[in-house]
Amino acid sequence: MSLRKVAVVGAGMTRFVRRAQETGKELAFEAAKMALDSCELTLDDVDGVALGTAPEAFDGVHMKGEYLSDGAGAWRKPVMRCYVGGGTGVFTPIQGWYHVASGLFDVCLVVCEEKMSSCQPHPQGAFLTIFDHTTERPLKPNLLWIFALEMNRYMHRHGLQKKDIARVSVKNKRNAADHPCALLGDPNITVEDVLNSEVLAWPVQRLDVSPVTDGAVALVLAGENVAKRITDDPVWIKGVGWSLDTAYWTNRDLYYPKYVEYAARMAYEMAGIREPRKEIHIVEPYDPFDYKELHHLEGLLLADKGDAPRLTAEGVTARTGSMPVCPSGGLLGVGNPIAAAGLMKVAEIFWQLRGEAGKRQVPGRPITGLAQAWGDLMQVGTVVILGIGG
Amino acid sequence: MTDKIKEFPGTALRESDFTDQKVLFTEWTPKAQYAWDAGVAIGRFLAELKAGRIIGTRCYHCRRTVVPPRIVCEWCFRPMDEWVYLQDEGTVNTFSITYVHWDMVRVKEPIIPAVIEIAGASKGMGIMHLLGEVDPEDVKIGMRVKAVWKPEAERTGAITDIKYFKPVA
Amino acid sequence: MSLLERVNKNTEIRHWRGEIPIHSRYTCGVAGEKFFREIKDNARLLGAHCPACQYTYVPPTLFCERCFARLEDWVEVGSEGVVESFTVLHISLDGTPLDEPDVLALIQLDGADSVLVHRLGDVSVDELRIGMRVKAVFEPRRKRKGSILDIRHFAPLES
Repeated sequence: MSLRKVAVVGAGMTRFVRRAQETGKELAFEAAKMALDSCELTLDDVDGVALGTAPEAFDGVHMKGEYLSDGAGAWRKPVMRCYVGGGTGVFTPIQGWYHVASGLFDVCLVVCEEKMSSCQPHPQGAFLTIFDHTTERPLKPNLLWIFALEMNRYMHRHGLQKKDIARVSVKNKRNAADHPCALLGDPNITVEDVLNSEVLAWPVQRLDVSPVTDGAVALVLAGENVAKRITDDPVWIKGVGWSLDTAYWTNRDLYYPKYVEYAARMAYEMAGIREPRKEIHIVEPYDPFDYKELHHLEGLLLADKGDAPRLTAEGVTARTGSMPVCPSGGLLGVGNPIAAAGLMKVAEIFWQLRGEAGKRQVPGRPITGLAQAWGDLMQVGTVVILGIGG
Repeated sequence: MTDKIKEFPGTALRESDFTDQKVLFTEWTPKAQYAWDAGVAIGRFLAELKAGRIIGTRCYHCRRTVVPPRIVCEWCFRPMDEWVYLQDEGTVNTFSITYVHWDMVRVKEPIIPAVIEIAGASKGMGIMHLLGEVDPEDVKIGMRVKAVWKPEAERTGAITDIKYFKPVA
Repeated sequence: MSLLERVNKNTEIRHWRGEIPIHSRYTCGVAGEKFFREIKDNARLLGAHCPACQYTYVPPTLFCERCFARLEDWVEVGSEGVVESFTVLHISLDGTPLDEPDVLALIQLDGADSVLVHRLGDVSVDELRIGMRVKAVFEPRRKRKGSILDIRHFAPLES
């Protein structure tokens, strides 16, 4: 399979805020403009746009892709919009990747945006539609139920306690204190704070959850020769993977995300990675809830089943540890604008590998990083592996 | 690059900016009303619930009996081979103790949603429902529960024809 | 069982009724906030001009969609303009007949390159012509809220 090599050459993002004044278009523009400026490209240099944004319900705008398109630099250009729940943030760059890898496009702008604050009284109302309308919604469910049910199962299978999991929230919110765009960075938060926070849907407590957020992120992708003309520091997309499990979530054992494993294997194979635990230097798994980071680390085969909590407790996943996880601060610390959150993680790996992450910079010379997102009814795994050199 | 940028874009507003009319805004409530077809499989599932029974379907190829029933096996993509009546008892696979509604309004009495593996179906085949007549402290993964049905006259062919599942003594 | 299992009575297939409870609250945005405040406070219409593309957007936008420049040149466009197209509505959104027909038009204000959608009023259906000149009729100050409806309608200049 002869595919062209593709690099990330620029990135940009807005602050992640609870309720933005900017319209969705303006958020998308700010991120896209910053990404283009960061590699000194103009709109004329962009051949196509990959746009990721959640269903219309959040922003409250029908045909949202079309609505956002001008802000995403897509005026009179080929655009493709995609959505796989929270997995979108890593799925959209995959879509951008095959635009360029196919040889059809030289430069592709990847934009992800979400303005959840428009959804009143609470964006959870839009999430209700995730449940089956006939067999589940009459029970008046709540999005927190699915996470609580999964978290409980995970804890039960591995004999874990809340404090084993709360450490992730503490690590990420503290990491986020160094992210200039973060909504919930907190340099002083402790495990006690998390364990004492309000119980929403046991075992889920308030500080286990990431917040409703508005924000946008953008990347610029370029094909091999073009990338080398644009920048001396291209960050190559080494591998991509994506996989979707069944929507019959009550027919699966939720303690282990098989779909993340399948996506990871696809990406590892493409990247030629045989020993992920040695070859992946920075990991940004999706962390809308603290237990999810652990769940996903295991699905990514970076930790044995049930062992991720120990790695956290022992500091292996700290920024200065041997396998830093979520040095950005993750969704728990930076924020969770559904489609944009995953792209924030890809952007973080990009900045880290270039040594541009400022106070969040992971020490040493990391060469390869992995970003992963999850979404839908505990269903989708999307993985992108980035690397420098070669 | 994040270290080179001084000020990231994005203007944060407070809820009071809206209530105090410091920013201009408009509001809209769409009329999104639906009549979803239950389909062949769930249509039968609902009819059986009205009759006080839980039904599933079986794939001979995968040797799997599933609930909620479907007409195609998503593993092998063949049509399901037969309908199978299941028991109205099962085992708790996982549960949660919930104190909030979807709009984040608090509730006084906790709600206990659970995934219940239905006896008679293959292992791991569960449905989501509620637990009742049980103290939250006594709920355990693995406990055996049985459906508590609405009286026949009140059943309409809905998942709520089962009020909740309660522990089997 | 076959894939298309025969169902003899369509009352055997049930349906489930429900709705999706969404209520949306839209900010005007950074550009929109300025535009609507100017209408509310001063009954003036503003546009944003892109010097590179020589294009003036009304309503004004934060950026030029053609070249992605951040727009800083805000200009006052008049409240008069030309009707580029119009339509006469006889039924309302839910399908019931309107007592009086409603007229919607695309209006290119003097100085703007884009067109604005709004109502035409103080005009009979026979008088409607593409190319006719119209002027904005604003609500009195105390009734203006910072909304596009602060313009009650556009009325013909000739009459």
